[in-house]
Amino acid sequence: MSAPSAASRAASAERPRALAGGPLARVAAGTVAMAQAEMRKLRHDHIDIFTRSVQPLLWLFVFGTALSKSHAFPIGHLEYRAYLAPGVLAQAAMFIAIFFGLAVIWERDVGQLQRLLATPLPRVAIVLGKAAGACVRALVQALLLLAVLAAFGIGVRWSLLGVLGMLLMLMLGTAGFACMSMLLAAAVKERERFMGIGQLIMMPLFFASSALYPLSIMPPWLHVLARVNPLTYEVQGLRQLLDGSGAGAELWLDFLVVAAFLAVMLAAATRRYPKAIL
Amino acid sequence: MSTPASPTVVVEDLVVCFGELQALAGVSFEVGAGEVFGLLGPNGAGKTTTIRVLTTLLEPTSGRASVAGFDVRRDGLWVRASIGYVPQAISVDGALSARENLDFYARVTGVPARERRERIEQVIDEMNLSSMLDRLARTLSGGMLRRLEIATALLNRPAVLFLDEPTVGLDPSARLMVWERLRDLREQAGTTIVFTTHIMEEVERYAERLAIMDLGSLVEQGSPAQVRARHGCPSLEEVFTTVTGHAIDDGHEGRLADVRAQRSVARRLG
Repeated sequence: MSAPSAASRAASAERPRALAGGPLARVAAGTVAMAQAEMRKLRHDHIDIFTRSVQPLLWLFVFGTALSKSHAFPIGHLEYRAYLAPGVLAQAAMFIAIFFGLAVIWERDVGQLQRLLATPLPRVAIVLGKAAGACVRALVQALLLLAVLAAFGIGVRWSLLGVLGMLLMLMLGTAGFACMSMLLAAAVKERERFMGIGQLIMMPLFFASSALYPLSIMPPWLHVLARVNPLTYEVQGLRQLLDGSGAGAELWLDFLVVAAFLAVMLAAATRRYPKAIL
Repeated sequence: MSTPASPTVVVEDLVVCFGELQALAGVSFEVGAGEVFGLLGPNGAGKTTTIRVLTTLLEPTSGRASVAGFDVRRDGLWVRASIGYVPQAISVDGALSARENLDFYARVTGVPARERRERIEQVIDEMNLSSMLDRLARTLSGGMLRRLEIATALLNRPAVLFLDEPTVGLDPSARLMVWERLRDLREQAGTTIVFTTHIMEEVERYAERLAIMDLGSLVEQGSPAQVRARHGCPSLEEVFTTVTGHAIDDGHEGRLADVRAQRSVARRLG
């Protein structure tokens, strides 16, 4: 924002000191503060993380075990649970992201958002901060799930770079889906509809992706949907990093698509979301 | 009509429309530096809309408003850096402790890192919070919660503090505690306070000047004594009835959403 006009500056005794840093410093400070707050909340109450981890573990050990016996999908030499693991990781993170963004309408966050809008924090920092909060939760959950994968010896090729790359991919995707759900929260104003809408977008995103089965077995119409679904690229990226199967160029494309998805959603949510809560 | 010598808040012919609905129909008033100013009126009178314009949350349709010398439209960022704001909805995080909430708001309101600790200690003292610092905010009583919220709004040392229905849902003793702290704050730091309420007694006791709002218009303003004298009424309640033609809690039931919001604030504070 530009400097205040001469007339109004003259009327004010001194420039408010709260504006000591530039806009970028404020975006960083706000995002860090909101991510840190989420971390502190998790420290006060970690039961939530465990209860939310039940569902991905059920997918992995009930669904995954059942299907690994049937050899239903052409996934090469991989054990099905190893194939499924990145899909389950991405899906669990997406669930957190979408409900995190929607949570604002459960009035819990309304007062806080009104406050934040009346601070020098740039609006993009409010959206990015919320997304960072979702990332913190998703990150903790991902580490938990990775520990389970390691404990059960599910075919993951462990490398430091692979795990770091995977967590980065997961953060980009989670932030993107969190922004998407904030955009949705801004569009649908009636509180009662949100749970339904949350389900309505989450399940199709999940099924029309490569989380559960390879794209090659999909009928053409589903294949098209999966190709425009960012979750597909997130899962493909994670899969290559987890099992070490990936070729370089394809992995770059996955990162590029997920990062672009985040950028578009962040820009759109910054435009629409903060004001929609008034 | 009295106007303050050095106004900190200036509102000139402010109009806000939501589609067809005119929420503010040309409101003008001024608040002097260091003044405690009460906006009195029933639900739907336009009090919150006025506060939202002054805190830059809402663009006015027409008219002018400035806070601490900054125009809300042109210099919104500077306005936001100069104010503290406590909305009606709960604005602290129930899952964080009182101290963590203070730390959070210190970071997002741009308090310089090296002053953070000192400022937090100061507002703890000002709002008398020392006994509850390590409790999760959701376990605090309504009065404590409001004091914590006000404390979080003081960290950036605002020129003007905006409080939207600061005592809604509080019992009389908690309300008194909140106002005692605000009075001390005003005496010690000289902070200008603009608050909304629909409780006559609160304006009578704590506001140096007030404005009565009804249906989006400002129908009377001045000090409580001036206003009473002008209409020859013994109480503000009667002034209100005289200038608006109805009682303050008459026929403004509010929409379902308003009622739900108020009840839920009251429940969470209770």
